[in-house]
Amino acid sequence: MKDRTLWGLTAGTLLLAAGGVWLPNWAMFLVTVALAKGLAVLGLLILWRTGLMSFGQALYFALGGYTAGLLGQTFHVRDAFLLLAGGTAVSAAVAAALGFLIARYREIFFAMLTMAFSMILYGALVKSQALGSTDGFAITPATFAGFAPSGAILKLPLFWLACATAYFAALGLHRYLLSPMGALAVAIRDNEIRVEYLGVSVKDAVHVKTVLAAALTGAGGVITALAVGHIDPEMAYWTTSGEFVFVTILSGTGSIAAPFAGSILFELLRSFAVQYSPYTWQLTMGSVLLLLILFVPNGLWSLFGRLLRRAA
Amino acid sequence: MSLLEVTDLNKAFGSVKAADAISLAVAEHEVVGIIGANGAGKTTFVNMITGYQKPDTGRIEYQGRDITLLEPRQITRLGICRSFQVPQVFLSATVEDNLLIALGVAEHPRVPFWRKLRTDHLLNEAAVLLNRYRLADYRAQPAHQLPQGVRKLLDIAMAVVHRPRLLLLDEPTSGVSLDEKFEVMDIVMVALKEAGVTVLFVEHDMDIVGRYAKRVLAFYEGLILADGPPEEVLGHERVQEHVIGRGSAGGRRPPPDSAPKGGGHA
Repeated sequence: MKDRTLWGLTAGTLLLAAGGVWLPNWAMFLVTVALAKGLAVLGLLILWRTGLMSFGQALYFALGGYTAGLLGQTFHVRDAFLLLAGGTAVSAAVAAALGFLIARYREIFFAMLTMAFSMILYGALVKSQALGSTDGFAITPATFAGFAPSGAILKLPLFWLACATAYFAALGLHRYLLSPMGALAVAIRDNEIRVEYLGVSVKDAVHVKTVLAAALTGAGGVITALAVGHIDPEMAYWTTSGEFVFVTILSGTGSIAAPFAGSILFELLRSFAVQYSPYTWQLTMGSVLLLLILFVPNGLWSLFGRLLRRAA
Repeated sequence: MSLLEVTDLNKAFGSVKAADAISLAVAEHEVVGIIGANGAGKTTFVNMITGYQKPDTGRIEYQGRDITLLEPRQITRLGICRSFQVPQVFLSATVEDNLLIALGVAEHPRVPFWRKLRTDHLLNEAAVLLNRYRLADYRAQPAHQLPQGVRKLLDIAMAVVHRPRLLLLDEPTSGVSLDEKFEVMDIVMVALKEAGVTVLFVEHDMDIVGRYAKRVLAFYEGLILADGPPEEVLGHERVQEHVIGRGSAGGRRPPPDSAPKGGGHA
């Protein structure tokens, strides 16, 4: 079957970006945050395909957000592109350092170790008065190559930045998954011994994948922080990691577009659940998760994939 | 100079000796069969040569270079490859994808993430392997659906993507039906002979050993009991008694110097 990912992604992104002009503010905010969190889920997709599950991606999400906040507060950096680059780089650098330890572990040990690191950061942020403790602190509004949006188009440039970042990240990851290094994900999940006997260090390959996943999550953290205009330690809390895992299960790992579609659906679902049942919204979300695991174990994208195959 | 030289190799698991002062040399282009009862130390020997297990003491040299403490991936890159008793393939991937992944990572010491895996060049190389190892009919089939004999062939085909000079096959016909055994070995040995690969294969079937090996090592309790041409080793009284299992097995450990020795020294 011909690979239509490039055209599908391009068309989808252009439609979304153009449609953003007519979106009400609440919807534009929701989609911006959803795309940002979709980046984190895209990172989880890499790990999931390798047979690894991280319960600690919130570490990199918070690092991205706090890096953006601190760059603005301390160095007066306001440019969104610089903030995005800074947050992504810091997350990747921390993952590169932690990876020497994390890449040695598998299965539940990998999951719990990643969570442990995110909870260490959470604890440190909560105790840090300089970083606002549990309240966090406000983010200076970003500029875009010198342009400071205001009024009716206040949120539009960030929305477009989220669209563009999601687009290039998805395309880059698609290309990566088609490469020998990308194909090693399934190989490592299936048989680490054979991978070693093909002359490849499994530990190094897992290390690279954790760094990639962290960089994507860090980028998501920056965009979320800029969209919300505020950061707090909740970004590093384990429930944030759990949310990324939820969306991965919801969307499935069959396509690099799935994390974004799943993330938008998740944010919509949560928004409506909170609005219509403010005291029991978690019950609604839990029920959805249960139904998904029972009836669509490969995620919602698998239904879409089945339709596409039938059409072909 | 020998291709592989093993000197005084020792390995014990608790009180059990899996390798007891093993020394031998293997010349280029030799085809060596390794026989022995279960627990004799055959697989441990293969594991030590290929870096999966480290010897307690001793030295392994490949082309004059000490490889005793190298990791499997480093040994693979030097040109020593192996197949496994239980085929080690990527079960959820198709046969073609198994070969493509193997070929894709074998091409570059640092696995690339900017090149595509499915290039015409790699697809052609995979097609050559598919034909050479009679896997073409199973090309699009996931590896978990393959019959055992075919899975063995895929395992061996994946082991040769690095164009090894020395290939170790751990029981290449175990789990393969009697009808398929010689077919599997014919396919493998013809392909390896064409490529000029030196082969060490572990085997329980003496008919297979007699037909394909030019030299046989008989293992017994971590020792090389006999080393020589097949007709000599397989016909030797102590090998028949302790390895092949004919005659009366006394259960006592025979002195190692009472058996024939060939190309190496045990």
